[in-house]
Amino acid sequence: MIPAQFDYVAPTTVEEALAALRQYGDDAKLLAGGQSLLPVLRMRLNAPEWIIDLGRIDSLRGVREDGDAIVIGAMTPHSVVGSDPLVAQHAALVTKAVAELADAQIRHRGTFGGALAHADPAGDLGGPVRALDAEFVIAGANGTRTVSADDFFVDLFETAISEDEILTEVRIPKHTGWGAHHEKMVRVAHQWPICAVAATARVEGGTIADIGIGLANMGNTPLRAGGVEEALRGQPATEDSVRAACARAAEGTSPPSDLNGSADYRNHVVQVMCRRAVMGALEGAGA
Amino acid sequence: MTAVEAQPEVKEIGRDRRRKEDARLITGRTRWTDNISLNGMLHLAMVRSPFAHARITTVDTRAAEESPGVVGVFTGEDLADTQGACINAWAITTDQVTPAHTPLPIDRVAFAGETVAVVVARSAAEARDAAELVEVDYDELPAALDLKEAAEATPENGGALAHPDLGTNKSALWRFDSAEAGTGGNVDEAIAVARTDGIVLEREYRQQRLIPAFMEPRSVVVDPTGEQITVWSATQIPHILRFALAATTGVPESKIRVIAPDVGGGFGGKLQQTPEEMVAFAVARRLGKPVKYTETRSESLLSAHHGRDQWQKLTLAATKDGHVTGLKVELLADLGAYVALVGGGVPVLGAFMFNAIYKFPAYQFSCQTVLTNKTWTDAYRGAGRPEATYAVERLMDELAAELGKDPLEVRELNWIKHEEFPFTTVAGLEYDSGNYEAATARAKELFGYDDLRAEQRRRRDAGDTVQLGIGVSTFTEMCGLAPSRVLGQLNYGAGGWEAASVRMLPTGKVEVITGASAHGQGHETAFSQIVADRLGVPFEDVEILHGDTQVVPRGMDTYGSRSLVVGGEALVRAADKVLEKAKPIAAHLLEASVDDIEFSNGRFGVRGTDQGIALTEIATASFAAHNLPDGVEPGIDADATYDPVNFNFPHGTHLCAMEVDTETGETRMRKYTCVDDIGVIINPLIVSGQVHGGLVQGIAQALWEEAVYDEAGTLVSGSFADYLLPTAADTISFDIDHTTSPATSNTLGTKGVGEAGTIASTPAVVNAVVDAVRHLGVDDIRMPCTPERVWNAINRAGSGGGTVGAAAPHFDESTGMSGNVDRTTGGNEA
Ligand SMILES: Cc1cc2nc3c(=O)[nH]c(=O)nc-3n(C[C@H](O)[C@H](O)[C@H](O)COP(=O)(O)OP(=O)(O)OC[C@H]3O[C@@H](n4cnc5c(N)ncnc54)[C@H](O)[C@@H]3O)c2cc1C
Repeated sequence: MIPAQFDYVAPTTVEEALAALRQYGDDAKLLAGGQSLLPVLRMRLNAPEWIIDLGRIDSLRGVREDGDAIVIGAMTPHSVVGSDPLVAQHAALVTKAVAELADAQIRHRGTFGGALAHADPAGDLGGPVRALDAEFVIAGANGTRTVSADDFFVDLFETAISEDEILTEVRIPKHTGWGAHHEKMVRVAHQWPICAVAATARVEGGTIADIGIGLANMGNTPLRAGGVEEALRGQPATEDSVRAACARAAEGTSPPSDLNGSADYRNHVVQVMCRRAVMGALEGAGA
Repeated sequence: MTAVEAQPEVKEIGRDRRRKEDARLITGRTRWTDNISLNGMLHLAMVRSPFAHARITTVDTRAAEESPGVVGVFTGEDLADTQGACINAWAITTDQVTPAHTPLPIDRVAFAGETVAVVVARSAAEARDAAELVEVDYDELPAALDLKEAAEATPENGGALAHPDLGTNKSALWRFDSAEAGTGGNVDEAIAVARTDGIVLEREYRQQRLIPAFMEPRSVVVDPTGEQITVWSATQIPHILRFALAATTGVPESKIRVIAPDVGGGFGGKLQQTPEEMVAFAVARRLGKPVKYTETRSESLLSAHHGRDQWQKLTLAATKDGHVTGLKVELLADLGAYVALVGGGVPVLGAFMFNAIYKFPAYQFSCQTVLTNKTWTDAYRGAGRPEATYAVERLMDELAAELGKDPLEVRELNWIKHEEFPFTTVAGLEYDSGNYEAATARAKELFGYDDLRAEQRRRRDAGDTVQLGIGVSTFTEMCGLAPSRVLGQLNYGAGGWEAASVRMLPTGKVEVITGASAHGQGHETAFSQIVADRLGVPFEDVEILHGDTQVVPRGMDTYGSRSLVVGGEALVRAADKVLEKAKPIAAHLLEASVDDIEFSNGRFGVRGTDQGIALTEIATASFAAHNLPDGVEPGIDADATYDPVNFNFPHGTHLCAMEVDTETGETRMRKYTCVDDIGVIINPLIVSGQVHGGLVQGIAQALWEEAVYDEAGTLVSGSFADYLLPTAADTISFDIDHTTSPATSNTLGTKGVGEAGTIASTPAVVNAVVDAVRHLGVDDIRMPCTPERVWNAINRAGSGGGTVGAAAPHFDESTGMSGNVDRTTGGNEA
């Protein structure tokens, strides 16, 4: 499999990368870990004239703490995110989702920002970042702007990042002490989820004080199970209340039908998986 | 046969030798076809049809011809006189309808992915770039896609015809009836009796289409320089390919040398004479330059032949106590767009196996092969036998359920008892040896059958969310294709013998030549072990040469679990002939009578003395030829060709425990145990590898793999994101063991093992999944048992439904990040 010919630049700063984007415009593609872009190039589903490799921009890599948030650089590989203690402590849902993302080789090369910028609705990270109310920091010609997770995902493979912009980091409000659980259905291990539910919850005195639930592959973008969250906030952390609330998990979804399952089936199974994810999160939260 | 009395002490046979070929195969530092580069070599890229069925109106090659590095662009018309044809070697009936198959079609394409033109350039990248510039105009034609609809289509009813000029999609109807053949009773009578006083089970099973998905994509290099044309190809069948090239292009066979260098897997998928090989051959001759073509993985999934794809209609009659009285099998088999090399013969190979290990008194089989506008189908690991085994082993579980009996008990009631061998079956085959009781007893013990049944009952009673099921498959298969006479009776185009030579080199080393050309199975190791034992020489001193028609003049190649049982026997016979030739020389040099010479451990000795001479010394002496007996020719090399008198019949008991999540339909394998009887084992390590790999391939049919086409005839599962091949992460550790009933049909007592795991495991898994939810009203789940199908089967009637065909694959234009693509639902398979 041979991609069409392209030219290649590897800037070392975000500014240089932005300048390259401005210069080559439509004809350029940013390269992160290449785990989604390279298959697309090799299958000739896309043929950009320029590849701008973000791999040498050190400032885009790493995890740090910043007040009430932890900040994950866009070019941080999944494997680093997955083993980072700050992430595990303050955003356990991400740790759990990353552990199940693709296989070890892909986790080694693929990046946190690349996966989110790619915005595959079947990606494992969309659900967690929505459930955790993450914010996306996007750099452009006029400086940086911050976009909420709710606004970041626009449509199938489409985000709030414009063609002349770069996602630099993702800020996740600390969810310290929250329980977390990622429920992912696959048929073989290296597969994108047929459906995935990411749930994180805080329990106070046997009551669900707060909860976030994100869904993958249930629509053209990662979704938030708002109805279930609403039904559960302030409710007792019991199986009965969870079961009742999770009947709303398919509200507002528009899942695809594909080789792995029909839309109807996904709308059924998301309810079961939501219940299991929430129960897992509650258990983790000490309920 | 041999006149040698004493055999060397057994040292190598039965030994866990690590495979001597692995270091080079695993590191890739070897002669994969794509690693071969020749001076001035040009590269090919294929232009392929995006349509399942279309008339080619114009092919505009001008832009491609002007593209950098391009040397030429050829269409079917350009190569019409030289491209030859892809042949079908097995017309299963005298009136088989066989469409002509030109490698590059001239005016019509018959499946999506068919080659339409070839671009030749100085580099592979330039060829690929230019291929995109070839403009082909098509007029789309109605495509025959659904197997059942295609079988019914006629010009009168307006159904789509895969090849309109043939007037039908029906290729051949092959029948067997035990009453007519005199091998058993009348099935219709048995069914009629059972309807009034007995049990009749009527079932329909779907064998989904699979893709062999070997590791090394197909590749071919053709070098026309010099007196001969040399073809390197990633093929299982160098000898058959040479024949086909010669027979269809008019180039004398003596001018063609075919080499299958190291070949990275095949599973039957490289048992083919491919259009790409023919095109490369034609282009190299046309330009007088070496050319190379290596397919991409996408091309491989799309256009290398597929396997299985049958509808199986089954009627089983039994008495009320569970004795089967008759089995009637009606198959529809999808050939795809052309009748491939073995093509329609694949289901016929299954015809002899539906009666499996059982003493069915009456049996009838019919198979209608059908042409459709999809990728052609041919042999895939097991070829016909997995399909047959699946059907009968599913039915035996159904019969047990109907009777409320244990499925092993019902099988035992019907199987051939060990003291009844040799046994002639209702399909007319003579099973030489076997012991189903022993294999089953061992399997039950290893599996912990009774404990798992108890757990199953507990979970059922408790109404657990996750239920447990146990699946049984007591399989047999026919191995060692094949007695030439039988092939002749079946109208196959060639024989089934195998050839071998043993060359004793003057330095004492041994070169062995075999016509069974390996593609990853470990022939070099196992064959070395056999020869080392037979000749009493060190394992390391034996070199196995194969896969080159110039080195190995005669061979029938590797498929159908034949290499060891046919090729290995040829080796034994060649080795024995070497000993026979060496013996008079030994007597002469030892100044003894031939009658007093005995051979053991690599030495000829004089009985009753300590005098002796090594075989290797005789090799040297016969090379020098200074002192040979009168009238004895120099050299003790020997050739042998072995034509088997019968197939052989490995068997085994496979037990599988599956957990099924009744809320989601997800399945999880809990335990898999198999006890195979494959006769005498040459190398247990290689056998384990074959069994483990085979099991995974069969389990994959049950749970994961399916080639799916959309309503336009486009392959949706065209990448590994959508065609789900399992990896180690998806499998558990299997418990495998063996019982041994030596085959009586060959000297070593060996039986085939290459396909056993694949044949046996598929029904074991599906039986287990069905068994887990049978109490919820389920009696079938269509393969692959996706979570959705399982869930549907539990919650709705039926076997879970077809796969949504019109869904977008994971990698398509939308993944290409060029705007939105509608991902709406498509139709279901009928
Ligand atoms: C076999 C396989 C299985 C997989 N399974 C899963 C799975 O189960 N779950 C899952 O979630 N993912 C899976 N993936 C995808 C994986 O997560 C990829 O790593 C990810 O989708 C893309 O990340 P990347 O760093 O490789 O980005 P790339 O492939 O390099 O880029 C992807 C896209 O994002 C753009 N982009 C990248 N970085 C930026 C940036 N900083 N700013 C703006 N745009 C940017 C690129 O231009 C490109 O369009 C799988 C991939 C493969 C090959």
